[in-house]
Amino acid sequence: MTPDADAARQAVDAVYRADSRRVLATLIRLLGDFERAEEALHDAVTAALQQWPVEGVPANPRAWLVSTGRFRAIDAIRRRARQQASLGALADELERQAAAPPDDGVDDPAVDDDRLRLIFTCCHPALPPEARLALTLREVCGLTTEEIARAFLTSPSTVAQRIVRAKAKIRDARIPYQVPAASDLPGRLDTVLHVVYLIFNEGYSATAGDTLTRADLSAEAIRLGRLLVALQPEPESQGLLALMLLHEARRDARTDGAGDLVLLEDQDRGRWHRPAIAEGVALVEQALGSRRVGPYALQAAIAAVHAEAPSSAATDWRQIIGLYDVLLRVEPSPVFALNRAVAVAMADGAAAGLALVDALLAQGALATYHFAHAARADLCRRLGRHDDARVSYQRALTLVKQEPERRFLERRLAALT
Amino acid sequence: MKYLCLLYDDERVWATMSKPEIDAVMGDYFAFTGGIQASGQYVAGEALEPTQAATTVRVRNGKAMTTDGPFAETKEQLGGFYLIEAKDLNEAIAVAAKIPAARTGCVEVRPVVDFSQQP
Repeated sequence: MTPDADAARQAVDAVYRADSRRVLATLIRLLGDFERAEEALHDAVTAALQQWPVEGVPANPRAWLVSTGRFRAIDAIRRRARQQASLGALADELERQAAAPPDDGVDDPAVDDDRLRLIFTCCHPALPPEARLALTLREVCGLTTEEIARAFLTSPSTVAQRIVRAKAKIRDARIPYQVPAASDLPGRLDTVLHVVYLIFNEGYSATAGDTLTRADLSAEAIRLGRLLVALQPEPESQGLLALMLLHEARRDARTDGAGDLVLLEDQDRGRWHRPAIAEGVALVEQALGSRRVGPYALQAAIAAVHAEAPSSAATDWRQIIGLYDVLLRVEPSPVFALNRAVAVAMADGAAAGLALVDALLAQGALATYHFAHAARADLCRRLGRHDDARVSYQRALTLVKQEPERRFLERRLAALT
Repeated sequence: MKYLCLLYDDERVWATMSKPEIDAVMGDYFAFTGGIQASGQYVAGEALEPTQAATTVRVRNGKAMTTDGPFAETKEQLGGFYLIEAKDLNEAIAVAAKIPAARTGCVEVRPVVDFSQQP
C-alpha cells in the first residue's frame, strides 16, 4: 500500500471511530429506518475505503459519509422496488428530500439533535426497559452486542434478540425519531436519564471484569448528559450531569498504580479533577435552586459535599446525612439507606452505623449486595470485632464480581488478626 | 397510519354507577369523540355491550363450537374501541391518553397493518 493509501485508510478508521454514531443518527433521520441506515453506513464506509485512497480524503469526511450513505440507500431501495412496487414511492420521496437544498443534514449546527432524537427513540417508554438500555448502547454509543452482554452479565443472543424486537416495534408501531415537545419532556426524560445513569455507572464501576472502570462508557454518558442539559436545563438533567462529573472527577484517584481500589477516605484529593468539580458544583446549585429537586440532584449534592471537603475527617457528614434523609423521602431505596448508614458511622461512630447496617441486612433486600456485607465487615473491623468482620468479608467475597474489588476485600480479610 | 385503541375498563363499576354518573362519563366520551372528529383523527369507534352478552366461537375439525362469555376472563374487560389516524406512535399515545377509559382502566394502542406496504 502506498503511503497516501495508508493515510487514507487511517483517515477512514479515524472518522469511523469518532463519527460513525453521529453519521448513523443522521442517516436514521434521513432514511427513517434503523436497518436501512445501518446498511447505508456500512455501504458508505466500504465506498470510503475504496475511494479515499484513490481520490484523497474529502474536506468534510462526515458529510461525505452521510451523503454517500444516503444515496446508496436510495439506490438500494430503487433496486428492491422492482420486486415491491410500494418502495418506488418511498425512493421518490427520499430523493425529493435529498434534493431540497437547505438540509444536507451535516453542517447544520443542530446535527447533535439527531443523536438526541435517537436517544429519545431508543429510550421510548413504549419499549421494554432492558431493551432501551441495550438499544441505546448499541445505536447511540456503538457498543457491540458482545460488549453489552458482558457489561450486563447476559448472553449476546439475549441482547441481540432484545435489540431486534425493539427495532421491530419502532418500525411496526412507528415510534418517531423526534425530541419530545417541551410539554411532554419531563415525562419522557425519566427513561432517558435512567439509561444515561446506567451507562455511566457501568463505566464508573463495571459490574464485572478485570478493570474497575471503563472510561469510554463514562465519557459517552457525560456527553449524552451535556446534550440533554443543552436541550433543556431541566433540574434532573442538571443533577445527573453534575453527579456524573463529580464522580468522574475522582476517577484517577480511585485506583492506584496496580489498578487496585482506593477508598474515598484514602484518596489523594490533589488528584481530583478540579474543573469537573467546579462544573458539577455549579450545576448542583442550579438544580437545587429550581425547587423541583429530584433524586439525581440530591445524589449530586451529596457528591458535591464530598468533593469540596479537604479530607474525609473534615467532611460535613451531618449535611450528608440530612441530604440522604431528603433523598430517602423522594426515593426510598435500601442502597441509599445503606449509604446513609455509612455516613452515620462517620458522624456518630462505627457502632451507630453498624446498628443501622444490621437492621437493613435483616430486612433482606440487601442480602446479595456485596457492598452491604463489605460495609458491615469494615464497621466490625473498626470496632475490633474481628470474627464478625471475617464472616462478613467472606460473605462479600462470595458475592463480588469484580476483580479489583475482590483483591481489596481479600487484602482487608488477610489484614485481620 | 391507523391505530386501534382498545378500551379496557371494569364493567362491574359501570353496573353500579348512577344515571347522573353515567351521563357525566358519556358526556366526556362525546366531547372526546367530537374533538378527534374535528381534528381529523377519528376513523371509527363503538361501545360494546358488557361481556355477559359475549359469545366466543371456535371452529375445530370443521365444526363450530360456541361458548358463552368472552375468550378470556380478565379483571378489566374490552368495552369499546376507537380506530384513529395518527402520524406516529407519539400522536397515537397523546390521543389515547385523552380517552376517558385511560383514567379509570387502560387503553391498549395497536398499530394497524397496512397491507399496501407489505412485500
